[in-house]
Amino acid sequence: MAENVLLMEDVTMQFGGVVAVDNLSLEVNEGEIVALIGPNGAGKTTAFNCITNVYEPTNGRISLNGECIAENHPQGKMKALYKGENSGKYQRIVRHTPDQITKRGIARTFQNIRLFSALTVFENVLIAKHMRARHNVFTATFRLNAKEERRMREEAAALLEEQGLLHLKDSIASSLPYGLQRRLEIARALATGPSLLLLDEPAAGMNPQETQELTDFIKQIRDSYKLTIFMIEHHMDLVMQISDRIYVLDFGKMIAHGNPSVVQHNQRVIDAYLGVADDVAD
Amino acid sequence: METINKRKNLNSACALAVLFLVVILMDQLIRPTDSMAMLLTVIRKGSIYALVAVSMNLLNGFTGLFSLGQAGFMLLGAYTYAIFTIPLDERVFVYKYYDYLISVSFPEVLGNLLGGFGLLLGVILALILAGLVAAGVAFLIGLPVLRLKSDYLAIATLGFAEIIRAIFIWGKLGPLTNGSNPLKSYVRLNAFQLHIGDTTINFSTLVPLAFAAFCIWIIVLLVNSSYGRAFKAIREDEIAAEAMGINLYKHKQLSFVISSFFAGVGGAMLAMFASTVQANNFKSTMTYEILLIVILGGIGSISGSCIGSFLFIAASEWWLRGLDSGTFLGIDAPGVFRNGFRLVVFSLIIMSVVLFFRRGIMGDKEIPEVMARIWGRLRTRMRGRAGKGGEAADG
Repeated sequence: MAENVLLMEDVTMQFGGVVAVDNLSLEVNEGEIVALIGPNGAGKTTAFNCITNVYEPTNGRISLNGECIAENHPQGKMKALYKGENSGKYQRIVRHTPDQITKRGIARTFQNIRLFSALTVFENVLIAKHMRARHNVFTATFRLNAKEERRMREEAAALLEEQGLLHLKDSIASSLPYGLQRRLEIARALATGPSLLLLDEPAAGMNPQETQELTDFIKQIRDSYKLTIFMIEHHMDLVMQISDRIYVLDFGKMIAHGNPSVVQHNQRVIDAYLGVADDVAD
Repeated sequence: METINKRKNLNSACALAVLFLVVILMDQLIRPTDSMAMLLTVIRKGSIYALVAVSMNLLNGFTGLFSLGQAGFMLLGAYTYAIFTIPLDERVFVYKYYDYLISVSFPEVLGNLLGGFGLLLGVILALILAGLVAAGVAFLIGLPVLRLKSDYLAIATLGFAEIIRAIFIWGKLGPLTNGSNPLKSYVRLNAFQLHIGDTTINFSTLVPLAFAAFCIWIIVLLVNSSYGRAFKAIREDEIAAEAMGINLYKHKQLSFVISSFFAGVGGAMLAMFASTVQANNFKSTMTYEILLIVILGGIGSISGSCIGSFLFIAASEWWLRGLDSGTFLGIDAPGVFRNGFRLVVFSLIIMSVVLFFRRGIMGDKEIPEVMARIWGRLRTRMRGRAGKGGEAADG
């Protein structure tokens, strides 16, 4: 059995009375590329936000490499409001801040690109190196960490070179064309040294040719950085080509999972995407 | 790359040394009665304001935290400095209505031990203590307040500054703060003199300039370090910064505490510049003045804050004074130029600066960048002219 990197157990995320993610259980194994798909508003990004602890799930447990990174059960007002299942199953409360999750090895990109837009390409990547440095504010200010700073800069430059962005090192991030901004965002996520990379719609707004390039690119970074990749995507070409497994969400519930060909032919998935005719003859 | 940096550093060190020498010379040559005496005041007060403006810029411009507590931290610094530098014999006369609580004066103690150098050391010690007190209070205030964002943070910090001012004039704290009475007789700028035989060398302009330059240099180092980059990341996008592993709370707190430390030092230096320390001088108007300097100079530009502060102080203390006193640039218009007219003109100038320089005088650029750009533009223009000249010669 493959080692699972990410494990979500009975995760429910409820905002007031709205259940955005409903009893979602999934696993992502080491070295896999797994896609999470579903119609708009299905709760995909909410699931990502639960994994990175931007949101605290209402119920359930999330583990990374066998270590619990988030666990919760309905409390306070939520006790009465809770609509999900398994409310008695989890007892502990484990929560972190997103930066702690990043430190544990989950990096992410965002659906609408979130670069540090007024800073240079190089600075964008260099900032991701800040977290793992051993300096403190005193040694950093008075340049007592020159060796470490040089190493950070070399690593960032090497990463940019691998991503083919080194010649744009000193340009302002917001001045890059859209496709390169996406690529820079991925490069920045890689700079945090992750074991699991979450990509939130990496191909959004790309033309077919760019999408094809991205497909190769994702495979390539998976192999060269020994990553596990979990991504949300709408481009079915891309998803079907590179995913080892696919999970399909609709209205927060998982309606299908399996390898691409299984999912492609699943009637519930087709219904969710295309809708069900009202006058189905029975 | 490194050799270029080293040469740059050497160049700026030389420039600074020359500036310091010029200031020392001016201090000896200009008599207090000269018309140029205001220049010295402008340099003194301007450098103090520059330090406070840069400290505010660290918070507002580089970390993106809109805080209006600067006057409160300056007040803490000023009081701490004054309390720890009043000579023991003078305390009875300063604290007329209270039994003074603290009976130690750093400059006096160290001055007795080491002479003139001890005085300087004592003052530096008191300045550092002033910064530390401000930083400590900032740490406590930051615990609840830094969870707020944008305008709410501004309101909370502004409120804090006003509360601090009210607390300091509270009678029960009289033994420490002298209640609503001013603190005076502490070590002021005019104490910095070197007697060699009969001649006296005056350092009272160099001292604030050098202290401010040193503190600003530290802030520049911080801004250009890895922590400075983390601060800028928070300013650009908090969510992305957090996703890059930057602990938001820790870094905001750090920026707030460091900014307050230097605001405290700046407040202490303002006390050195003025003759008395009184809580009512540190009203929110002072914060607004500093905010104005930061915005005029350019949010996110340290050199902008420095330029802005010297211009602001020069305009308000020197160049426009004539508008109050009746004659200005040789024009005598007693009906128009009277008390308060200066402020009208000053507001007009500020408005036009804001209109024509939307992002402040320097934007978010620093002097070297701007110089390099101007130099580049000049060179291309020169080349263009030379090319044209050549064509004309051919024809």
